[in-house]
Amino acid sequence: MRYAQGYRNRPDYSKALLVLGLGLGAVAIGYVVATRKPNNSVSFRPEDDAPTRTGRTKPAGDAAVVGRTITINRPRAELFTFWSDFSNLPKFMQSIESVGVDGDIATWKVAAPMGRSVQMETRITANVENEVLAWASTETSELKGAGKITFKDAPAGRGTELEAELSYVPPLGEIGVLIGKLFQTDPLIQGRRELRRFKMLMETGEIATNKNHKTQE
Amino acid sequence: MRALTWHGKHDVRMDTVPDPEIMNPRDAIIEVTSTAICGSDLHLFDGVIPGMMPGDVLGHEFMGRVVEVGPGSTLKKGQRVVVPFVISCGKCFFCERQQFSACDNSNPAEKQDLSEPLYGHAMTGLFGYSHLTGGYPGGQAEYVRVPFSDVGPIVVPDGLDDDQVLFLSDILPTGWMAAKNADIEPGDTVAVWGCGPVGLFAIQSALLQGAGKVIAIDEYPGRLALAKGLGAEVIDFTQTRVREALMEMSGGFGPDAVIDAVGMESHGWAPDAIMDNIKQMVGIGADSAHALRQAILAVRKGGRVSIPGVYGGYLDKFPLGALMEKGLQIRTGQTHVQKYLGELLHRIGEGQIDTTFLISHRLPLEDAVRGYQNFRYNQNEWTKVVLKPGTEVRA
Repeated sequence: MRYAQGYRNRPDYSKALLVLGLGLGAVAIGYVVATRKPNNSVSFRPEDDAPTRTGRTKPAGDAAVVGRTITINRPRAELFTFWSDFSNLPKFMQSIESVGVDGDIATWKVAAPMGRSVQMETRITANVENEVLAWASTETSELKGAGKITFKDAPAGRGTELEAELSYVPPLGEIGVLIGKLFQTDPLIQGRRELRRFKMLMETGEIATNKNHKTQE
Repeated sequence: MRALTWHGKHDVRMDTVPDPEIMNPRDAIIEVTSTAICGSDLHLFDGVIPGMMPGDVLGHEFMGRVVEVGPGSTLKKGQRVVVPFVISCGKCFFCERQQFSACDNSNPAEKQDLSEPLYGHAMTGLFGYSHLTGGYPGGQAEYVRVPFSDVGPIVVPDGLDDDQVLFLSDILPTGWMAAKNADIEPGDTVAVWGCGPVGLFAIQSALLQGAGKVIAIDEYPGRLALAKGLGAEVIDFTQTRVREALMEMSGGFGPDAVIDAVGMESHGWAPDAIMDNIKQMVGIGADSAHALRQAILAVRKGGRVSIPGVYGGYLDKFPLGALMEKGLQIRTGQTHVQKYLGELLHRIGEGQIDTTFLISHRLPLEDAVRGYQNFRYNQNEWTKVVLKPGTEVRA
């Protein structure tokens, strides 16, 4: 009886040893895999044809670059004309509260987290009819950034390939990016939603909603 | 208005919710006269589809009268229409190719973020089927807002009853497309797993599309009797070894085409099915697919595999080797309802297709919760439940 009791009170190391053994085994396998010389090593890799923003490493510099391509089943000229008139943009851009245009200069009121808004002033830097539209923030702009929309005929009569690229200097740097993602005001999230809304508006004449009544939040 | 709402796993309730309004130019508001509970609603009831929110109105098989139209709608007030469960814009690349269930524009922009990481592309909008597919309020309600009403709803003649045409909304075209996806050649032997509503319509469709023999597989005598009534030979998988039987019933070839009308909640006591069910129960998200595995092993070399059954996530132990080595073709997808509506309505009118044999129960909308419970737990007797808004609950 006493022997049995004593035996039971002895610490049992078998489980710990098993875990340790498995752990060591995993480390050993990991080491072999990590240091294994690949069968086919490549010493030089030329640049590929993919857009830079799809690269595995971030390009150098403060600016974050985001972009997205979307095919819209409408003629290039129609899309370009609509987009060139900046007063149309708040129709599908929920992050733009208002826009004022004075020649090449546009003043934007952009929605920011916690119900605030930020001012952005841009100057047109390129305007090639039915092909490209680009802008960059001015010296006095609160938000810094640049954008470019490229319009190309899509293959096989599919309409227009629209490529939007935005570079911006996030306020507060990396933390600003995180805050933006948290409140879904991050330009990548906003941008892709706005491109989808633009496509909906151009293709169907309306923007899809699951809301069932106008006062619904 | 009154509506059937989802509140959690095995928790659906009748609630009063605000009436819908016209939100977009191409919208119409439909006053629902008949609405059904679909087998895929049971996946929501069982909580195996992600992206549901408490209070969501369920239902995607419905029809009714047009009571309000937006300026862009082509419908007129008073018309009787059946509404496809797939919401399609009619203008995008996919709709132009009649791939309506791949429509790019019907899932709201902010909802598309949910399914894009999951599937690689955002899903199309559906009525009453989680926020992955738009979070649109569904048809188990007194009224429904129908977006793109100039493209989806089909006007039905007054000479046809609700019961004859209601299933144009989903399960009839789904069964029809399941048979189309099986590329049936005259005289083919086709095996169908699952004799629920979609399976039964797939049987009927396969025979109309030229199959020489259809073999139906299920366990419920009530459902197997319905399959037999349509002209199928039947296998009760609780009594019979399915693959062996299929080989013997198809001259040692195996069926030319197989149709999985079961989907992600496949059950039974095979080891793979038990493992799948346990994983589903503890929430590590594997689909259960015993029927699909069995179908892939049973189909003849070079045969066709059609999957109308709903799957949502990932699958373990998928017999990809059999698929490759036997040179099989596999076709699936949510139904391109709008593509088939005209032809199917015509066939109903001509008396070639009967849909009313399926309906086992007609209940007032107020009794919807009882409908869900029985459809889920008494599958032998409750094959299809149609809900009628505006009728009285009898004690």
